[in-house]
Amino acid sequence: MKKLVILGGGTAGTMMANKLVPVLGEKDWQITIVDQDETHYYQPGFLFIPFGIYTIDDVRKPRRDYYPSGVEVVISNIEGILPDENKVKLANNKVLQYDYLIIATGSRIVPDETDGLKNGAWHQNIFDFYTPEGAQALANHLKFWEGGKMVVNIVEMPIKCPVAPLEFVFLADWWFTEQGIRDKVEIEYVTPLPGAFTKPIASKFLGEFLNKKNIHLTADFSVGRVDSDKNKIVSWDEKEIDYDLLVTIPTNMGSQIIIDSGLGDDLGFIPTDPNTLISKQYENVFVLGDATDLPSSKAGSVAHFEADILYDNFLRVIEGRKPEPKFDGHANCFIESGFGKGILIDFNYDVEPLPGKFPLPGVGPFSLLQETRMNHWGKMMFRWVYWNLLLKGAEMPIEAQMTMAGKKGQ
Amino acid sequence: MATKTYAGKTVEVDDEGFLKNMDDWNEDIAKEIAGEIGLGELTEMHWKVINFMRNDFKEKGQIPTIRRMKNAGGVPTKDLYDLFPGGPAKKAALVAGLGKPQGCV
Repeated sequence: MKKLVILGGGTAGTMMANKLVPVLGEKDWQITIVDQDETHYYQPGFLFIPFGIYTIDDVRKPRRDYYPSGVEVVISNIEGILPDENKVKLANNKVLQYDYLIIATGSRIVPDETDGLKNGAWHQNIFDFYTPEGAQALANHLKFWEGGKMVVNIVEMPIKCPVAPLEFVFLADWWFTEQGIRDKVEIEYVTPLPGAFTKPIASKFLGEFLNKKNIHLTADFSVGRVDSDKNKIVSWDEKEIDYDLLVTIPTNMGSQIIIDSGLGDDLGFIPTDPNTLISKQYENVFVLGDATDLPSSKAGSVAHFEADILYDNFLRVIEGRKPEPKFDGHANCFIESGFGKGILIDFNYDVEPLPGKFPLPGVGPFSLLQETRMNHWGKMMFRWVYWNLLLKGAEMPIEAQMTMAGKKGQ
Repeated sequence: MATKTYAGKTVEVDDEGFLKNMDDWNEDIAKEIAGEIGLGELTEMHWKVINFMRNDFKEKGQIPTIRRMKNAGGVPTKDLYDLFPGGPAKKAALVAGLGKPQGCV
């Protein structure tokens, strides 16, 4: 009997289990999935919690409900990965032996990486919205906030869902307007990037949106420390920005177990072949989702497209065939822009987000790099799609590889 | 293909001035690039960073990030910003004769 172990029962790991179990189950395979938590969070929903659009109950369900029958589920901390011995050590001295390993241990925020960020003001007037606790604490704070200067700051790249901080300020602009206090709130968006986003055309487009919504953009600002006594963020080259309310997107890192096992780079992300999704160090180790070091977005859509490619490659490799270098870095992101509208972008390693129609060329119903009501409904519908189709590994009407059809060149 | 002449040697560069071929590089070229981007005289600390970057690139095949220069190169981030003001990752790579550091998505 062959053994496959999947580490991580989040978006990527759950999708892989759902894709592989029906196929491998018939072929005398034992498949085990390991995660330390029993709760699955719909992470794109965290964005909406601070503004009372979703509550915590809207974004969480038991992980177990989404694992296929036929997979062995282990709820345990991972103590170590020993890839030279094809072993994973779990709590209580339990050891899992594997023939193949899929690592989908994700990424996490690490506020401790920035001096002063987690001092006494953490969740007092400094908040994150990338964790359930942070998003809920911020929701409570905003309920009573009467205005002042809100700074939204990305500490360093890469981060999970690089559009989420922009969506946050767009929604904040809308929400403060609804509360009747927009004139009492100053919003500043502070980023280490040279503009609003990473790719030039989208960066210009989104930068104009910030401007239109009276959100001040400060680019090229790399935070070195936070002075939470004086309510200031200070850059490595000693520029200072005051805040009354700081919403931070702290340093993102891979799982601590990846770092401790010596599998990660300096941020704990795993060096991975960008096209086959096989570890650069071990040919029986596959990596997907946020855990990789790929220069693609860390986002659920990317994990989904990767899962399609990895599924094909996994079946090839176990039959002794060569993996195909088919992953192209495809990402597809709805960007909530406030006031019931949204923007959609679709891009890969080489092609930056361009305007057009999606997924049907010339038809839509969604519009790329344009603000429409339909895009907003796409975003809101997506939660249903996520729980009912995506996690279960169902076929989606979007190809894993990006297509130029329907896109207009610039 | 764009070229530039540094210290009497003509080298291929990309449209932002990064050397196309790291083997074209020598210390005199580094000094001239440093002068061109306003770093002035290169100090011992500058050379420590440059040499670490070149060696690490040869070993790992990737231009080291600021975090890697801190962890593996032993150069505190604050110092790096003092040595290469206004964008240390990019400026240090430029002087070290490496390509443009890969931006993150």
